[in-house]
Amino acid sequence: MPLAKWWDRARELPGAPRTRGLGLTAEDWSRCAADVAASGGRLLAMWASECGDCDNGATIHAAFLADRGVLVIELSVSGARAPAAEPFDYPGIESLFPCASRMQRAIFDVSRVRSSDPDRRPWLRHPPEGPELVRVAGEGVHEIAVGPVHAGTIEPGHFRFSVVGEKVLRLEERFGYTHKGVERRFTELPLLEGHRLAARIAGDSAVAYSWAYCQALEGMAGCAIAPRAAALRAILLELERIANHLGDVGALANDAGFAFGLAQFSRIKEELLRALSHAFGQRYLLDAVVPGGTRGDVSAAAAESLAARIIAIGKEAAELRAIYEEHSGVRDRFAGAGILTPALASRLGVLGLAGRASGQALDTRIDFPSAPYDKLPPARILRQEGDVAARVAVRFDELAESCRLVESLLGSLPSGAHLGPIRVPADGSFATGLIEGWRGPVFVALEAGPEGRTRRCHAHDPSWQNWPAIEHAILGNIVADFPLINKSFNLAYSGVDL
Amino acid sequence: MLKTLRKICQVGVVSEAAPPPDELLRARAALDERIRSVLGRALCIRHVDAGSCNGCELEIQALNNPYYNLEGLGIRFVASPRHADLLLVTGPVAANMEAALRLVYAATPDPKLVVTLGDCGCTGGIFGERGATRGRVSNIIPVDVAVPGCPPSPARIIQGILTAIAGAGRAPA
Repeated sequence: MPLAKWWDRARELPGAPRTRGLGLTAEDWSRCAADVAASGGRLLAMWASECGDCDNGATIHAAFLADRGVLVIELSVSGARAPAAEPFDYPGIESLFPCASRMQRAIFDVSRVRSSDPDRRPWLRHPPEGPELVRVAGEGVHEIAVGPVHAGTIEPGHFRFSVVGEKVLRLEERFGYTHKGVERRFTELPLLEGHRLAARIAGDSAVAYSWAYCQALEGMAGCAIAPRAAALRAILLELERIANHLGDVGALANDAGFAFGLAQFSRIKEELLRALSHAFGQRYLLDAVVPGGTRGDVSAAAAESLAARIIAIGKEAAELRAIYEEHSGVRDRFAGAGILTPALASRLGVLGLAGRASGQALDTRIDFPSAPYDKLPPARILRQEGDVAARVAVRFDELAESCRLVESLLGSLPSGAHLGPIRVPADGSFATGLIEGWRGPVFVALEAGPEGRTRRCHAHDPSWQNWPAIEHAILGNIVADFPLINKSFNLAYSGVDL
Repeated sequence: MLKTLRKICQVGVVSEAAPPPDELLRARAALDERIRSVLGRALCIRHVDAGSCNGCELEIQALNNPYYNLEGLGIRFVASPRHADLLLVTGPVAANMEAALRLVYAATPDPKLVVTLGDCGCTGGIFGERGATRGRVSNIIPVDVAVPGCPPSPARIIQGILTAIAGAGRAPA
């Protein structure tokens, strides 16, 4: 097993389960990445940090998801920002992991460290002359530019279509419009406050992000989470998943011309949000997960009322699903649109919900579980068709599973504290967090500074891996189906813009 | 088809009454009475995400759910700023969205109103006014009403919108 040689040398890292870290030379960095790829591992995240002892240099990190665990490797490059004697600062891994391309471009934007891979176009920085995008030549080819401001109430991003007639020949995405300098902002906040910023990187995934951040923080502080707190966190995470899936299946029906679906699901989602406000004090759970546990507790009465609401939601969702599946107009639009084949999804390293609709079975709640999922795993949901219909079906299946998990957790809440004490970690501590948000695994790498300050925090959204897949899924579809196909993925813009 | 119709009848109409305007949200003097009386009957809103985390967007989307039923108040969202009377702006104005925001504002015909919502739009929120974020929306374009919250609830957002088209000095009911 080629991976064993790296895994066995690596040191255990606190925070996320089954995670190890290893510092490497440049040659070993490339060899290790190749071994991970050969053993079917996936790139989870890639980022750069300042290197204390490499003379104005930087450290490049890459986290990989392999069967045996999460492997975080790092490579220090010295004097990276000095005038370049070498054509590059570190070996790129784009040929092994295509999704590394944008991550490497972003690393260059933020820290001026260059990979050996050829694509050096800015990603997060927007040059004043506009983006440099690939032009497509040919008889009858014309360009349609969409965004950053889009027709609907959604986040900003730029999509450049090259079309022949109605069919899409090529799509290139350009993001960075919501870049807020989050990674710098983390260093301005105390370690014990960073979860509030993490929750606001992608507001619809606030629980996933804040839990992943807290998992890293608690890991490095050696703070154990009480069973009741763990159960409450899982309840919050599954409720977040339910809320997003309800919104999506409604919006997708609307995109296919079936407004009834949007009317019903937006009503049901509103009923859920009001129940969340009643039980947790917030409609969207941006401040529910805090270091040491959860901000608030749930009374027995609130738990019962919430469970009743979830049961009702599960029933209505099943009823409406049957209506969707019988509706010929909806079926016609959903089936066969925006196909992402399992082979391509695997090659591109697609993760999370979109992956599970295209044969990529990974679900970190099952495969890298944090408490309480180790005792209460969700069922594995998997489809192979990779079309809009498959992504809708995965949402419905996950929704039903999440309702089951919430009911079960509410009905068996352990007694005890919902919040424990947390101490300030030592300078130089490093830990990670890994939580399956509703789009896919959210990964946080955290490094402590002196006196409770934050040296570095990288929060990674699974949308980094999945956005490039849409450029493939749209090919051969008509432009008018883009909103439907894009919505069927519903990836984060703010999450990747950092 | 039958199941669909049966569900519609079963669920019925759940729309709630709109909340009254709240003068405390006003940041600029109100528009002329004649203009207000027209906009108060049929208002077109263009939303601009100037760097939001997407939380505010979710609550804006809720405005069209059956409970809030914004369209029942004569208020709807439009795809082009050229068709808009009111701009609804979120986010701490990411530097990469400044140009687009200014373009949208310029493309919106007069008379126009600007409502900014969310702590980010009002003050820069947790992101502040530095580096990659320009901060509060009023740093870039004039703002009529500012609705704080993280995110503000749909009821609060409707109050903000209604305040923008309500008369100055009219106290909330």
